[in-house]
Amino acid sequence: MCARTRSSSAESGRPELRLFASVRNWVGDRFHLSDIIGPLEKKTVPVHKLSYWYFLGGITLFLFMIQVCTGILLLLYYHPGANEAFESVQYIMTRVQFGWLIRSIHSWAANLMIFTAFAHMFSVVFLRAYRKPRELTWISGMLLLFLAMGFGFSGYLLPWNTLAFFATKVGTEITGQVPVVGHSMMVFLRGGEEVTGATLTRFFGFHVAVLPGLTTLLILVHILLVQYFGMSVPPGVEVRWKAAPAEARQMKFFPNFFLRELMAWYIALGVLGALAAILPWELGTKADPFAPAPAGIRPEWYFMFMFQTLKKIPAKVWFLDGEVLGILVFGAAGALWLLLPFFDSLGRGRGRKLLMGAGIFALSYILAMTIYGYMAK
Amino acid sequence: METKEPAVIQPLRRRVVGTLLGGGLFASIVSAIYPVLRYLIPPPVADLGGDEVVAAKLGDLKPNGSKIFRFGTRPALLLMTAEGEYRALSAVCTHLSCTVQYRNDLHQIWCACHNGLYDLAGRNLSGPPPRPLETYQVHVRADEIVVSRKREA
Amino acid sequence: MDTWRNNGLPRTLFLLLVMCACGRTAFAQAQNTCLDCHGVLDPPLQVTEQQFSSDIHSQKGLTCASCHGGDPTVAGPDAMSKTAGFRGKIERKQVPDLCGRCHSDTAFMRKYNPSLRTDQLSQYKTSVHGKLFAQGDTKVAVCIDCHGVHGLRPASDTRSKVHPLNIAETCSRCHADAAYMKGYSIPTDQFAQYSTSVHHDALAVRGDLSAPTCTTCHGNHGAAPPGVDSVQNVCSKCHVFQDQMYEKSTHRAAFQSAGLPGCVVCHGNHGISHPTDAKLSPGPQAVCMQCHKPGDVCDRTRADILTELTQLDDAVKNAHNVLGLAESSGMEVSQARLDEDQARDALTKARVTIHSFRKDLIDQDIQEGLKLAAKNLQAGNSALAERDYRRKGLGFALIFILITVLGLSLYIRQIEGRAPKP
Repeated sequence: MCARTRSSSAESGRPELRLFASVRNWVGDRFHLSDIIGPLEKKTVPVHKLSYWYFLGGITLFLFMIQVCTGILLLLYYHPGANEAFESVQYIMTRVQFGWLIRSIHSWAANLMIFTAFAHMFSVVFLRAYRKPRELTWISGMLLLFLAMGFGFSGYLLPWNTLAFFATKVGTEITGQVPVVGHSMMVFLRGGEEVTGATLTRFFGFHVAVLPGLTTLLILVHILLVQYFGMSVPPGVEVRWKAAPAEARQMKFFPNFFLRELMAWYIALGVLGALAAILPWELGTKADPFAPAPAGIRPEWYFMFMFQTLKKIPAKVWFLDGEVLGILVFGAAGALWLLLPFFDSLGRGRGRKLLMGAGIFALSYILAMTIYGYMAK
Repeated sequence: METKEPAVIQPLRRRVVGTLLGGGLFASIVSAIYPVLRYLIPPPVADLGGDEVVAAKLGDLKPNGSKIFRFGTRPALLLMTAEGEYRALSAVCTHLSCTVQYRNDLHQIWCACHNGLYDLAGRNLSGPPPRPLETYQVHVRADEIVVSRKREA
Repeated sequence: MDTWRNNGLPRTLFLLLVMCACGRTAFAQAQNTCLDCHGVLDPPLQVTEQQFSSDIHSQKGLTCASCHGGDPTVAGPDAMSKTAGFRGKIERKQVPDLCGRCHSDTAFMRKYNPSLRTDQLSQYKTSVHGKLFAQGDTKVAVCIDCHGVHGLRPASDTRSKVHPLNIAETCSRCHADAAYMKGYSIPTDQFAQYSTSVHHDALAVRGDLSAPTCTTCHGNHGAAPPGVDSVQNVCSKCHVFQDQMYEKSTHRAAFQSAGLPGCVVCHGNHGISHPTDAKLSPGPQAVCMQCHKPGDVCDRTRADILTELTQLDDAVKNAHNVLGLAESSGMEVSQARLDEDQARDALTKARVTIHSFRKDLIDQDIQEGLKLAAKNLQAGNSALAERDYRRKGLGFALIFILITVLGLSLYIRQIEGRAPKP
């Protein structure tokens, strides 16, 4: 029985392994551990020059777990409501012991998580890990990316400071520009025609209940699919290994890759702590709906490329309103990107080249427009 | 990547690695758990929300007396009229934002900067101020005098 | 009347046409045929319907005949009939009495606006303008010079020439015109000076309608300079504390016996600039040294006061900088920022107390201010200390993390027998 294979380690005098072994034996006497642990013990990770990219998904997951933990802690003191939200965040930052740490970690990890999610997505594009049979993994991942950005957008409003208030106003205004359904979407998001305390309540509900529920489900699906199909090997490496099977190298997930992943997670934790202590997240000034919008309102960096594009489109393109055109283009791009794996097998290699080009274009565009958005005043 | 374990592997090295890893894990986990545990303990000053502040305790004010307290990020004025009624208003003068004071000789609220005068409901009486003072609601809760912003309808 | 003949036939025909075409123009509630012709004549006879309809008098139902006489219901030159009481152009020396005919009649004015004052004419007679006017000077201001005549708006209308925002400019039309004011022995730099003043800044730039303009200190209908004895009273309407302290001070008696106008000696009258501590310095902005001799006891006191004020100012600025540093490092210092206001108030109070000219009182205020500034500085320093504590804590946590990462790396190496890959 696999439950008992660790007895040799138990004798080698390592107390932590002895404890682990006895717990395992207890569980193994009651459940068929081999069904669960078996595949995990057999799981291997391909080892090649590009293996480092495999870490990104795990780091994103780690950051999400950090968000859940710090988010729950913040929930203990946060008051959602236009008259109380800002003060409660101020309370957390100033009065609650280590509240500054929890809050700053939450804000920083949010941004880092979205960054690693994007990086993970682009690495999948360029390493072509979306190919058959992993199309559903890609779709679930893209949906997770959209959910992450939704987390970012809804969470940003919760401190109810001036910047967040106006960024939300502008963001939901843009949503309202979608043809036909735009206005209804905007009213649904805002909880009314304008951004008010009702919007805050709604965003809070999305942020702590709706989105976490959906995300947890999708993460389970995504991870199960990854386990089921195993780690994808980049096409170039695949070809090489097919030609010379002796060159193929695999690493056991437990404990080898797992330990390395743990290292990566620890380093990420260190970076988070340093950011929180040295560059704490700002409180800002309390939002005043009646005050005029301050100059230089802009969204968070992960929306910047879209925002800057919409700013730069001329007011009228042909007969279409410029902003509406921009929104439609981004909507279409998002939908096509979601279905990316299905273009790969088009026209014997043409689809592949097209997707590579699209990936490079998308990455460059996002980078360029984000930088542009910050440079332009 | 087989585990190579010759019979006598540097036991000292093993112990060092073990200590390093175990010690590091332990210390880092503690340094993560410790702030969380401290965080969970509620602070002594309860947060009533930005809308509400305990301005004073019963007995702090005498009739025809006043006190300046902090409400949100701005000063506010709590006063007890000669008849014993509590009133709370913003203490920020609507002219040039000086802090107003209660004049117990005039039974009015006065701004020293340019001689603006308000009545006890914050309405303008004379002088430069263009708008009345914002008024707040006062509740007495046990022995605390709680001032809160008026709720919008 | 000459203009009729000078304009010749085409003009007359045109006017006849106009008269027939428009006939009786329905105008407000009253008929006012005068505008049929006078609306198309050239200045100075021109009064357009647009102009006159903006006049408050016409809006209340008055017509041209109400002041000029004649019959406004008759078209053409017959309206200007002497039998109907036509007065023609009103001479300047007739204006105050003409306006006063209604505006000093309380019973009459009650029909239109019961809360309007009716003492303007009697006030005017006490003013410098009125007194000179009584002596036959027609260059001085009469009602229409300030209020306008055919497009007259109430003072509350921002377009009115006597709205608080516009008063200074209205007065300056004569009082800043050196050529016009020749022969009167008063300066003509008041408007220029006022335009540089802190009051003008408050009124015109910040839009604070309570800030003083010419009429606030000089009066409007009874306009006259306040007089050396009463300048202080005028300023004290707003600057109460300064007045109270100055009243009890040594300088009050001294200035009064010297016939000096109180506040004006140090602050000026029209070009009142924002007072800075430089007024206490021995430099070019110095006011004390206008009278006092360098080295005498007052000069030494002045120097001490200046030193103390500078000390407090520096303490407040220092605390502000430290708090700014703490804030930019991410520390939350909103309570201390509020307390900063208190320290700044103390500094303002000390500067106001200068008007008592008593060093002991000034010292008191300075000491209070220094205490508050010290408290703020302490808050800033403890915020910085907290920041350092956090960074130390971070340092420890990072060390533990590094040790763990190192341990993991070595452990991996150990179980794999050689250098870990990737």
